[in-house]
Amino acid sequence: MDNNSKQIRIEHSLFICAVLGLGLFTENTYYLQIMTFIGINTLLALGLNMLMGYAGQVSLGHAAFYGIGAYTTAILSGTYGISPWLALVCAVGCAVFIALVVGLPTLRLSGYYLGMGTLGFGMIVNILFREWSSVTGGASGFVGIPVLEAGPVSFMSGRNYFFLVWGVVFGAILICRRILSSRMGRALRSIHDGENAALAVGVNTHFLKLQIFMFSAALGAIAGFLYAHFVLFISPGSFGFMVSVKMVTMVVIGGMASVWGALLGASLLTLLPEVLHGFAEYEMIIFGLILMVVMIFMPQGLTRGFLDIYEVSRKKRHRGKQT
Amino acid sequence: MQEIIQYLFSGLTTGAIYAVIAVGLSMLYSSTELINFAHGEFVMVGAMAMVTLWVQLALPLPLAMAGTIALGCCLGLLFERFAIRTARNPQPIVLVIITVGASIFLRGVGMILWGKDPFSVPSFSIHESIEILGAALLPQSIWIMVAALALAGGIHFFLKQTLTGKAMVACAVNQKAAWLTGIPSEKMAVLAFAISTGCGAIAGIFIAPITMSSYDMGTILGLKGFCAAMIGGLGSLWGAFAGGILLGVLESLGAGLISSGLKDAIAFILLLLILYIRPGGLFSAKEAKRF
Repeated sequence: MDNNSKQIRIEHSLFICAVLGLGLFTENTYYLQIMTFIGINTLLALGLNMLMGYAGQVSLGHAAFYGIGAYTTAILSGTYGISPWLALVCAVGCAVFIALVVGLPTLRLSGYYLGMGTLGFGMIVNILFREWSSVTGGASGFVGIPVLEAGPVSFMSGRNYFFLVWGVVFGAILICRRILSSRMGRALRSIHDGENAALAVGVNTHFLKLQIFMFSAALGAIAGFLYAHFVLFISPGSFGFMVSVKMVTMVVIGGMASVWGALLGASLLTLLPEVLHGFAEYEMIIFGLILMVVMIFMPQGLTRGFLDIYEVSRKKRHRGKQT
Repeated sequence: MQEIIQYLFSGLTTGAIYAVIAVGLSMLYSSTELINFAHGEFVMVGAMAMVTLWVQLALPLPLAMAGTIALGCCLGLLFERFAIRTARNPQPIVLVIITVGASIFLRGVGMILWGKDPFSVPSFSIHESIEILGAALLPQSIWIMVAALALAGGIHFFLKQTLTGKAMVACAVNQKAAWLTGIPSEKMAVLAFAISTGCGAIAGIFIAPITMSSYDMGTILGLKGFCAAMIGGLGSLWGAFAGGILLGVLESLGAGLISSGLKDAIAFILLLLILYIRPGGLFSAKEAKRF
């Protein structure tokens, strides 16, 4: 066993301990709820991070897949009374299929054009949620999503749901790492570093981008499923353009191309609005300022930024000792 | 028939506003290669400044307009100086998020300054509407269209005929070469920003009497502006103008003839179609790179 896999095992066990500790010893339902939201957002950020951080493809419409997941399960289990677990399969299948159809032409674009294409897709899906009111409940939202149950276990309670969400997050982290350490992961990084070079050595970049787009869509749909059965009420506003932007921000602020960066970014962007609630009207101003300042001074994201600061200070101390 | 002409008139009016927004965006893109996601917020600032200066403070109309435009330009200047230029690593995605941060910030400022209630602004001239083929054309619309044309013409003249404008174009073509010939490229970027946000404020002035203005009106207008700029071809001035007009007309026709709920979707469907079929935009001479 080499050093790297040892480190990964340590990281994973620390993660499991932290989740167990937080889940078992937090009594406050409000805190449990916030942490569940962090888990859902982490799933979203993980999926988008695979696409943006590793494959280098920007998506400004990823909230669409989040919404497709949520609305599919809401309609199937709420309106038609199908078991939510079966609805989950349908939701993921639906998101993956749409990602395939949309990704085929869209992923041929690059840079701003890709950003605008995904943005347009996201807006159209969102307008569909709002206007197809006979099915989706329209702008006023969809009511009557059933609570999740697995045999004797009900996920009504905050703690059970917390463990469900974080269990899924852990699974997603494992899968992401697995993909990244495989041949496919290396091919993905090669696209990020130089698409023409990747093409030249025989990487089918278009197909690979499509695959990773579908994968991140699936993660988004699972997050949407978890969200819908958690809050039991969904409306188009939760899947709009600003949500897509927020997802991108999570990835970039946390630090692209890092699994823990996604976790950090999701935690920060979920906690920040809660903390800023105290500032009432000034919430938006402070949020916008933080976003700008972090990006101006730490364009690599917080994980990278803090590591750099740490390195610099260590070097300084080292130099101080020598003289 | 009469209805269609009516839709056409209202489409041309909103189209002219989209055109002004798109011209501002396109102008900025062609000189700095940056897409400003806060552009819509400058439209909001323009409309709200009109509410304050003209309706609430009752300043004379030309003075209020000048003040609003000056405010838009100044904000753009400050934005470029303090946010965009200080960014250490100008990766596109980082710059995009900085502008998104600025847009949230401006929206927050707008909410505190003007509250959450929408305002209305009376129309600039009190003349009766003109009837053409049974459809009513508001004098306001003529105003807007003439002003939009004049604005685009003015920017065209500036870029093609004046020394400063040519210097700006040179910066867009190759910043380093422009710098070598003695063009202050940083100053050009500031100027491009100020003109672009000034265009945003002008669009705000036009739109204020047509719809209700509130602190959150900017986002969707900014996005429509992108669509228009993309449809015409990113970076081309007259393309952006034509894209705006086309978008406005199609939107108005679609809303009237098909369904008003899908009005907002038309812009984005058009955007996707353009991106798939002709990513360089309708009026671009050369095929834009797809890869």
